[in-house]
Amino acid sequence: MAQSVAPDTKAAAVRLRGVTKIYDTGVAALGPLDLDVNSGEFVSLLGPSGCGKSTALRLIAGLSAPSAGTVELSHRGAQRPGSHRIGFVFQEPTLMPWATVRDNVRLPFRLAHAPAADADTRIDDALDQVGLAEFAGAYPRELSGGMKMRVSLARALVTDPDILLMDEPFAALDEITRFRLNNDLLSLWRSLHKTVIFVTHSVFESVYLSQRVIVMTARPGRIGAEFRISAPEPRGEEFRTSAEYAAFCREVSNALAPSYAGQRGA
Amino acid sequence: MTSPRDIIRLLLPVAVLAAGLLVWEALVRAYDIQPYVLPSPLLVLQTLISDWGVLSQSLGVTLLTTLEGFVAAAIGGIALALLFNQSKWLEYSLFPYAIILQVTPVIAIAPLLLIYLQQQTAVIVCAWIVAFFPVLSNTTLGLNSVDRNLAGLFQLYGASRLQTLLFLKLPGALPYILGGLRIAGGLSLIGAVVAEIAAGSAGAGSGLAFRIAESGYRLNIPRMFAALLLLSLAGIVIYGLLALISHLLLRRWHESALGKES
Repeated sequence: MAQSVAPDTKAAAVRLRGVTKIYDTGVAALGPLDLDVNSGEFVSLLGPSGCGKSTALRLIAGLSAPSAGTVELSHRGAQRPGSHRIGFVFQEPTLMPWATVRDNVRLPFRLAHAPAADADTRIDDALDQVGLAEFAGAYPRELSGGMKMRVSLARALVTDPDILLMDEPFAALDEITRFRLNNDLLSLWRSLHKTVIFVTHSVFESVYLSQRVIVMTARPGRIGAEFRISAPEPRGEEFRTSAEYAAFCREVSNALAPSYAGQRGA
Repeated sequence: MTSPRDIIRLLLPVAVLAAGLLVWEALVRAYDIQPYVLPSPLLVLQTLISDWGVLSQSLGVTLLTTLEGFVAAAIGGIALALLFNQSKWLEYSLFPYAIILQVTPVIAIAPLLLIYLQQQTAVIVCAWIVAFFPVLSNTTLGLNSVDRNLAGLFQLYGASRLQTLLFLKLPGALPYILGGLRIAGGLSLIGAVVAEIAAGSAGAGSGLAFRIAESGYRLNIPRMFAALLLLSLAGIVIYGLLALISHLLLRRWHESALGKES
């Protein structure tokens, strides 16, 4: 049932081959999974809770090792000091409550082995990009949920990563804030040319943001279907209310339904 | 900020204290109770002033012991917790003994310590035994309560063990450590007092607890009360100081220090 998507000729930024994850408890969480994400592509992993999509993201980030299979990230040329190949945004803002916004964004530089001379400028730029320049001296508790998420995004962007991994980053936010952050994320993606892998359980969010939506099956998660969202760029709020958008959403929802079939109360 | 409700809240305990003292004074006078049975509050105050020379010296001794025990407990508790955090095997090997030290009543250990150690050392060790455990267990709890995702982020950016400890685990554990220290402050005073009473020796370097025991033998009840009052005040001041330090360190970021404003 997986609709084949013609492989792109561009270089793959992320390549997963036969990746599985089996936890110590014996639970098979993921796979086997084959996945190619092209450089500069915006891909969503969509699936029910517990389908292993977050696990896939942690494997790509190297936070956890696959039980079998290989995870390859493309190598780019010489990195400047303070650069990092991967930026990660969690579902929670995951900020250090004892540190100011600026110090939270500085963290990757602080942990880097080669100090970056231009760290301060880059922190300013990152805060600018997420619209928080005025809040550099604030503490996380003084910020709203959406603003905390922006700090988290700035921290992921400050190292100028090739790949941005996002694990349901806006799931806990109210709808208006989520829409605004969706739009800001899209414009950042367009201007910064990052590869984004975005995990979500929202059909609407995945269709709105992505060039490609990958629908995952229930645990152990595999690829159930793939959709290329061929809507014109740049997308804005008018896309949300278009018939085209609704059609994509219906298609993706139908593909997602079997993943929920075995679940009670779904 | 200071609503009438807040003022009443502050005044109520003061009023209760004043009423209690008045009733106490009145009872002593009405029934002509002798000072060696129950001294009146005024007499206790007079004794405190007249015996200030002896009592202040003893207060100094007890406070110094308490401080030494507290510092030893703070350093020992935090250091042990850090060691346990770095090595699970060390924790499995030693933690049971920390618990045994904690649950064995210190008043039963004190006489033994006095046999093997010099008195001054024994007193400090007593204060340490009583006070180190809350620091150890709270610090351990704090170090283990690190946000899992933040730990993942540190891993992602290739943080070393030392960096993870300094920039993540210790700041995250700070509220717990301070909570442990606040308990340890009061406990080290108790430890010092217990050891002094167990030691029971005369001469120079005698603390407040010794003064209480000594005054008891001599039926100098007003001085017993005066010394007790000083001990109690010392405990309150220690707790207040530690609470203040804790507040100053946490007020910018920790929920416990935010009060009702948010």
